[in-house]
Amino acid sequence: MSQVIAKQSKPLPDAGLDKGVEGLTPEKIAKTLQAMLKAEGGARLAAYVNTCAHCGLCAQACHFCLSHDMDPAYSPAGKVKNTIAQVVKKKGKVDAGFIREAARIAYTECNLCKRCAMYCPFGVDVAYLMLVMRRMCHKLGVTPQYIQDTAHSHSVTANQMWVKQDEWVDTLFWQEEEAREEFEGLRIPLEKEGAQIMYSVIGPEPKFRAQLIYQAAALFHAAGLDWTMPATPGWDNSDMAMYTGDNEIMGRIKRAHYETAMRLRVQKIVMGECGHAFRSVHDMGNRWLGYKSSPVQVVHALEFYWELLRDGKLKLAKKYEKPVTLHDPCNVVRGRGLHEMARDVVRASCQTFIEMTPNREHNYCCAAGGGVINCGPPHKPTRVAGNRVKAEQLFRAKADGAQVVIAPCHNCHGGLEDIIHSYGLNLELKFLGDILYECMEKP
Amino acid sequence: MTAIYSIIAGPLMWAVFAVFVIGCIWRVASLAWTARKKDIAVYEYWSNRYAARSIAHWIVPFRSQSMRQNPATTTASFVFHITAIVTPLFLSAHILLFDEAFGISWPALPNAIADAFTILAIVSLAFLVGRRILVPGVRYLTTWGDFALLALVALPFVTGFWAYHLMPGAGWATILHILSGQALLVAIPFTRLSHMLLFFFMRGYIGSEFGGVRKAQDW
Repeated sequence: MSQVIAKQSKPLPDAGLDKGVEGLTPEKIAKTLQAMLKAEGGARLAAYVNTCAHCGLCAQACHFCLSHDMDPAYSPAGKVKNTIAQVVKKKGKVDAGFIREAARIAYTECNLCKRCAMYCPFGVDVAYLMLVMRRMCHKLGVTPQYIQDTAHSHSVTANQMWVKQDEWVDTLFWQEEEAREEFEGLRIPLEKEGAQIMYSVIGPEPKFRAQLIYQAAALFHAAGLDWTMPATPGWDNSDMAMYTGDNEIMGRIKRAHYETAMRLRVQKIVMGECGHAFRSVHDMGNRWLGYKSSPVQVVHALEFYWELLRDGKLKLAKKYEKPVTLHDPCNVVRGRGLHEMARDVVRASCQTFIEMTPNREHNYCCAAGGGVINCGPPHKPTRVAGNRVKAEQLFRAKADGAQVVIAPCHNCHGGLEDIIHSYGLNLELKFLGDILYECMEKP
Repeated sequence: MTAIYSIIAGPLMWAVFAVFVIGCIWRVASLAWTARKKDIAVYEYWSNRYAARSIAHWIVPFRSQSMRQNPATTTASFVFHITAIVTPLFLSAHILLFDEAFGISWPALPNAIADAFTILAIVSLAFLVGRRILVPGVRYLTTWGDFALLALVALPFVTGFWAYHLMPGAGWATILHILSGQALLVAIPFTRLSHMLLFFFMRGYIGSEFGGVRKAQDW
């Protein structure tokens, strides 16, 4: 099974990468990369690249490496060796073929999940190094076509999915109308200045997962919270520009998001079950804009659910019956330590909880994150073959009795869906919000 | 031979100490300066508490998952690092030289123990060399520079052992011992051996980020 998938792993042509390198000359590359090294190649880059002892202990951390029988080209240090380390060593004097290959590695064979930072004795942050490589590729105009399209969408519309302004508002009205059939008096309050909470979502929710907005509205309604959603750009908390290396657009859209919350004078932003958006809002976008932490308090869905249950604001009518297991998304677990809260919510809402191993900070990535799934169909075989170890981990959880995988992150959802189907695991996949919505006391 | 000895143990030694000390200061200070200009996050997120927490988990054997998964490498690595640092610093012959030059002395390791430590250092280093050659994942990353550094680290121990046991050519072994030790000291600030200094800052930073920003463990 895995062999069949591994054979497909040769990446298909990617217009963004192939066309992107066509116009590159060695002079142009050297000029761009040297300027980039001068402006942004800081102490961390130098220390990480020049101090790595080549010990290879990071290999055991990486799902790509583990899934390819420890092929060292997939190890974190191997990827560094074949990308950014060459740029530093050769002071930017690399050719177009190198850039094509470095882009393929940095964009599609690393999920920036930071698991390897926990296995390196020095704590070398390979995710950071891959982001520097991606930023160099971005500056050279060599980015995978699909994810570049989402960055364009961010630039034009301030959301990821080319959602038009009227479509956004219309979708919220539509979900409100639907939800009012089930919950009398439910509102999705738009533009309510001074509300306590601004709820923000990612572009794909109005685009094709509108029921998640419905479910969130149901939770807010049942808990009797004072909340609002913005009707203006700035409603989308997602950020693929962060992953293409386009920090300038990352900064613009994060500013739009924070300032929307400030304009609405809310006390905090509550976000849906998205990992990368959380990373962008609480860790990366704010840094780019010069905020040490997010200028408006940001609460991820996992923490939000946990608080609702702790405070008794959300009451459960029953417990979910099928045995569940929990996937720890990198951006909210290695990124924010929300794993125990997630477990509390799962235990409170499900009858049988089965841990997959490894778990918590040591969980294997979904192989979709870090923008990899957003690089689109050409690279799907790469991430599916590159995560055999996840399939095995899920299979063990299934052997222990799990029937449902809870993945509280959109990217993880997309990635695990492909893993589950490609490896024939036959497991159901759910958001934690799906479970809460199903089990809550409905007023 | 005496003339060579008096030069390398005299003026050259002073020069080596100067390069070592100034080189180490320069290495750390230049990175600290670059970080100030380009990686302000390092200063903003640095936390003594979380840096210490992370370092404590990584300088004590088997306190990280990574170390537990690689018991042989972890054992060899710790044996090597401990013996390589302790032996030269607490060798009675070295302390004696220091006492003659500066009038400072400190308790020494018994010679038999120092001798055993030297053997342990050489054996554990041989393990690390073997690993570089035999483990495909490590071989893939290894450069000639890595072997050169390992040889540079091994040389003072091999020659020291040779000289101490008065094996044939012990006089030249002593000269070689001093020269290789000096080469090693000079190499520390300018090569990957600088991890001797930078480990604490790198581990400290990622520990601060994991502890303070990510609220997660990094071991």
